[in-house]
Amino acid sequence: MEKEKHKNVEFDIERCKGCELCVSVCPVSIISMADDINSHGYHYAQVKEKDKCISCGMCATMCPDVVISVYKEE
Amino acid sequence: MGEKTLMKGNEAIAEAAIRAGCRYFFGYPITPQSELPAYLARKFPEVGGTFLQAESEVAASNMIYGAAGAGARVLTSSSSPGISLKAEGISYIAGAELPAVIINIMRGGPGLGSIQPSQADYFQATKGMAHGDFSLAVLAPSSVQEAVDLTMLAFDLADKYRNPVLLVGDGIIGQMMEPVEFKDPVDPEDLPKKEWATDGAKGREPNVINSLALDPQDLEDHNMKLKAKYDKMKEEEVRYEELYTEDADTIIVAYGTTARIASSAIEMARKEGYKVGMIRPITLFPFPTEIINKTADKVDNFLAVEMSTGQMVEDVRLAVNGKKPVHFYGRTGGVVPSPEEIVEEIEKIGGEK
Amino acid sequence: MKQVAGYPDALTDKSFHYCPGCTHGIIHRIIAEVIDELDLREETIGVAPVGCSVLAYEYFNVDMHEAAHGRAPAVATGIKRVHPDKFVFTYQGDGDLASIGTAEAVHAANRGELISTIFVNNAIYGMTGGQMAPTSLEGQKTTTSPYGRDLKEAGHPIKMSEMLTELDGSAYIARVSVHDPKHIRQAKKAIKKAFQMQLDGEGFALVEVLSTCPTNWGMKPQDAIEWLKNNMIETYPLGVLKSPEGVE
Repeated sequence: MEKEKHKNVEFDIERCKGCELCVSVCPVSIISMADDINSHGYHYAQVKEKDKCISCGMCATMCPDVVISVYKEE
Repeated sequence: MGEKTLMKGNEAIAEAAIRAGCRYFFGYPITPQSELPAYLARKFPEVGGTFLQAESEVAASNMIYGAAGAGARVLTSSSSPGISLKAEGISYIAGAELPAVIINIMRGGPGLGSIQPSQADYFQATKGMAHGDFSLAVLAPSSVQEAVDLTMLAFDLADKYRNPVLLVGDGIIGQMMEPVEFKDPVDPEDLPKKEWATDGAKGREPNVINSLALDPQDLEDHNMKLKAKYDKMKEEEVRYEELYTEDADTIIVAYGTTARIASSAIEMARKEGYKVGMIRPITLFPFPTEIINKTADKVDNFLAVEMSTGQMVEDVRLAVNGKKPVHFYGRTGGVVPSPEEIVEEIEKIGGEK
Repeated sequence: MKQVAGYPDALTDKSFHYCPGCTHGIIHRIIAEVIDELDLREETIGVAPVGCSVLAYEYFNVDMHEAAHGRAPAVATGIKRVHPDKFVFTYQGDGDLASIGTAEAVHAANRGELISTIFVNNAIYGMTGGQMAPTSLEGQKTTTSPYGRDLKEAGHPIKMSEMLTELDGSAYIARVSVHDPKHIRQAKKAIKKAFQMQLDGEGFALVEVLSTCPTNWGMKPQDAIEWLKNNMIETYPLGVLKSPEGVE
């Protein structure tokens, strides 16, 4: 995982199976599926505009593969 | 200790389990062994034991599977049709390498059969209990005292080999009353802790009890490990009794109640001049193959006597390995042979004296 | 910086083998979160079923015991009677609990066994390739009901939760779903309550979790979520069916 300026949402892309369930639950619609694939051949979920993430945790709640970690500024 | 009590077989076995430090019983009523669970239902509260009448023998064998995995000495009992139901659980227990003691007070079969004594579960016990490459140590008492001693041994063997152990009686042993003496009781608190058991992963990696291995090589390795146990049993745990084998021409091979009847027949036949003896297997698995094979060198005939249409006789034939003729006499369906019938067979084999 | 969502301690770090979009993963995670929140990890013994989640013993970071198909409540009974002070749960699919293991589930509930059961209902047999389950819906096409489930031939979808509420030994029975974050959070709450029933000695608790099987339903994960929402809830209404506090 890359170290980002905004540490609010992180994807363990090797665990992702490209099921896309996270995409529709994001209230700010910032999750998309990468063109790239992980070592298992899945297009993994990613967030390109991390500054728009509101740390709601919906994506992590929906994810069946414990791919996503979410952090919130206190 | 040193005190003899008159006890019914089923109840004596139950008491022996308590003395062996067993505090968990899961089972279901079935004739002719229901006195065993009833005894534990009465006595377990006195010793802090847990008695649970399960909804079926299927459930009971899975309860002992769980309790054994949790590290306890466990007992279940049933009779023939109920043992068929337990078979699934027993395969899992063997596959997962857990200790457990199972009592089969055999009755006539197949199907619902009868409630009378029989020995028609020999194949089930020693060869075909359930699917997969596994064996049970099988103990066959022929008196209530021996049932007591072998029950206590069963728990030790189960722990020693991490394998289920089966004790086979029949309706006569289960129901008859004889004087018995018990060894000093084992306190379950004194038993060594089972490091592999499920008791909460505190300060250690989690323990997993299972018998599934999806990788074929893993499963083959596991099966070879189980086989090594059974080979060790064959080397170290064979038990049998000999009667008049020093000068015998004909050797009877019989176990359990049938062996007792046969020993009466042998006394009668010897009075008539027949040199007949007996090898009585006490362990049906591992079978006393070696002693039978050695004895075949110096006798003329073998006669297997069973309360079945002929099951143990196959193991006798394998042991004799073609050296001498192996005859068979059996009664089945709950019919118990008389000593006179067996004497008649001895006469047929040995010729008129 | 506070972590809002992450990797529970009560899960091992092994990646799930489940199909993409399979809700087993969600359910495993919320169970693990509850175990962590109740600080039960070192006291827990889980019983794994036969079904897609047969490998659950590789995923939960607690002592685990693999049961024969349907027998988990019996195995759990054996474990709990030996270790009454430990926390014991079973995780079972619809073949496991509603077909072959019905007797074991009914009697564990009837005895009021202090165990907690998570019942994953996806209206199909996943692991064995998509056969009809007792929970399959009327008209549902599966490999063993290729023309659609015929109620006259195969009976009706079985309502296990309703059945188990009839038994006095059952303390808490709830049916939940995991088709969106709101319902997943409600499911987690129900699971926590069910686990609390064991900790408080109230009795047997079961949470039925409506789940998807994208692969055997022949749908993409998102479409499977929609199918659950639009078809299963009508037959299997959500809610708390039984609770010590009473229900509406």
